[in-house]
Amino acid sequence: MAQTVENDVQLEGNATESNLKPQRLKITRFSDDSDKKILLKRLKDVEISVPIVYGTIAFWLGRKATETQSHKWTVYVRGATNEDLGVVIKRAVFQLHPSFNNPVRVVESPPFELSECGWGEFEIAISLFFHNDVCEKQLDLYHHLKLYSEDESGPQSTKKPVVVETYNEIVFPDPSEDFYARVQKHPAVIVPRLPVTINLPSVLATNVEDLNEKRGDTKDHPLSQWFNNFSEADELLKLAAARQQVGPLTS
Amino acid sequence: MDAKDILGLPKNALPIQEKKSKPPKESQRKPDGISREVYALTGGLAPLMPAVDVNQLKRKAQSDNEKITWQWLPFTNSARKDSLQLYHWVRVVNGIPPTGDYSFAKYNKSVDVLKYTDEEYEKYLTDPAWTKEETDQLFDLCERFDLRFIVVADRFPSSKTVEELKDRYYSVSRAILIARALSPGDVATHPLVKETYNASQETERKRALNLLLSHTKQQERKDVEVLAQAKKISEARKASKASEESELPVLSDIGSLGADKATADTVNPSTNSQIPSSSITAPVSETASVIASLRMLRVYLRSYALEQMVQAASSSAGLRTIKRVEQTLQDLGVNLKPKVPTKAVCAEHLELRKEILTLLNLQKQLQYKEAEGSSFREGSYTETPGTPPKQQSLRAADLDRTFTPDSLSIGGERFGKREQKRKGPAPSSPAQSKRPRKYKASD
Repeated sequence: MAQTVENDVQLEGNATESNLKPQRLKITRFSDDSDKKILLKRLKDVEISVPIVYGTIAFWLGRKATETQSHKWTVYVRGATNEDLGVVIKRAVFQLHPSFNNPVRVVESPPFELSECGWGEFEIAISLFFHNDVCEKQLDLYHHLKLYSEDESGPQSTKKPVVVETYNEIVFPDPSEDFYARVQKHPAVIVPRLPVTINLPSVLATNVEDLNEKRGDTKDHPLSQWFNNFSEADELLKLAAARQQVGPLTS
Repeated sequence: MDAKDILGLPKNALPIQEKKSKPPKESQRKPDGISREVYALTGGLAPLMPAVDVNQLKRKAQSDNEKITWQWLPFTNSARKDSLQLYHWVRVVNGIPPTGDYSFAKYNKSVDVLKYTDEEYEKYLTDPAWTKEETDQLFDLCERFDLRFIVVADRFPSSKTVEELKDRYYSVSRAILIARALSPGDVATHPLVKETYNASQETERKRALNLLLSHTKQQERKDVEVLAQAKKISEARKASKASEESELPVLSDIGSLGADKATADTVNPSTNSQIPSSSITAPVSETASVIASLRMLRVYLRSYALEQMVQAASSSAGLRTIKRVEQTLQDLGVNLKPKVPTKAVCAEHLELRKEILTLLNLQKQLQYKEAEGSSFREGSYTETPGTPPKQQSLRAADLDRTFTPDSLSIGGERFGKREQKRKGPAPSSPAQSKRPRKYKASD
């Protein structure tokens, strides 16, 4: 995180009991051409990150395979811990190969996934659109659909799919207050604790699961048995070991 | 051969084609009007556009109605002060020799060096640093050598620099002009009056040019690096300023721009500091600008952020160095791009890369110093004491070996970076007992 110290011109740090004035707020105004002005308070020095995993799982269709439909595959974006990404992502747009009917597929609610049948491998473009208080810009990801496994060991199996997943984290460097308040306690989001207690509007977290609709999280997803477990511990260990080796040499 | 089969080409096509094209070329080589050898000068082929009108070549002399003869005649040169008479060939048309001055006389230009009288000197031109004789000599030389000050400086009896001579000449001429002018307005446009000669500026300028010329390659490289960094920082600043200004109205502008300036200012001194410490401060300033540019994106992937930071950190390194860093990472069993790019992993990865970069730089500098040291030793064998350089070179070789990440049996050999040229007691024991400080920078 950047270490800038900002003295906001308008707000002073006068902490009274009932009214804790926010100290680290930057007021940005998005002015359209019309008179409408949305006041969005942003938090500096706070970064909200959403760990995600995106990728494809492809099953060979075996006896049912035809020339043009040899595999059934699913492309998806899920939370790294299989939590519901609907708090952050409004919709996901999957751009498929032009040979598909309606190659632009929009998924409006979690889980953000798409299944199709086909025979060829190609690059899928995934565009993530966030809720209004999260971010106005979209984020683009690219993933190569893999149908055939690396090792050519024998015939394909209908039971074992070809799984390619990529771990990454979506970082929001200057989150808005509302966004922060909304996702503060959500398991899908990594939110650092603010050192100065800021009086944020208490938001009732709307639990999608309570609404008896389709679940947004992927914990009990039918394909969840194939999901990879990405643990940073392994990588951290390797890096620490490497640094241990290099560090002393440079001192 | 197989390729041709696959392509379906006839195998003997090409040689036959070559033979066929040659005979038609031979028959084309019959130009009219000019001889064959001359024609061959143009490349042996007819040009696309006839450059030389072949008909004109032989005919031109014939169609003249005048009679041209060439005669060996005397001539005089008006540019000469003596009346020397020389001879040369002259093109005589119909028996009439050409008139007019010698054609090169017009090129005899000289500079109008002003001449002052003694009274004028007394009145306007006296100067504490210059005697009248010196000034007279100066002006005489200037006239003889057409203001070629280098030559004048050479011939000037008492040693004065070119700048001093120029200064004196220009100020005297200027003073005379102004004094002689009927009104100041007349001479205001004269170049001597309009522009004054600034001797100190000239010396400075020439000194700077000399410095620039004598820059070693290393210095040039460093200059380029610093300029590149400065450019990057100013661009990042501009980018952040531009996008900030487009979003924020005047109210919050004060706040954000103030913060922006604060970061920019903290960045600036670090880059303006001496080049030696740039190896440490440069990464700080670069990551700051990367962070600023990432902020502007509003949303980004952590892997992308890491990429940008890695690029910024290795911006000062060449392609080969970067490849070596990657090779080292692979040797250590670390993924070039982390499989699980969390915040902690990315931070560690970046630090590791930076450390490897520092390591490689150190190794390189060590090699340089070794090379220097060995060349010194060969050059001035008598000067340097016998044993210490030898010890140092041995240790340098040891250092080189221990730096390879594979052989990590460092044991107790913790060497600090020592200058090759350091004289005195061999530094081996202090190095082992003292914990070496973190390497700061090269000189």
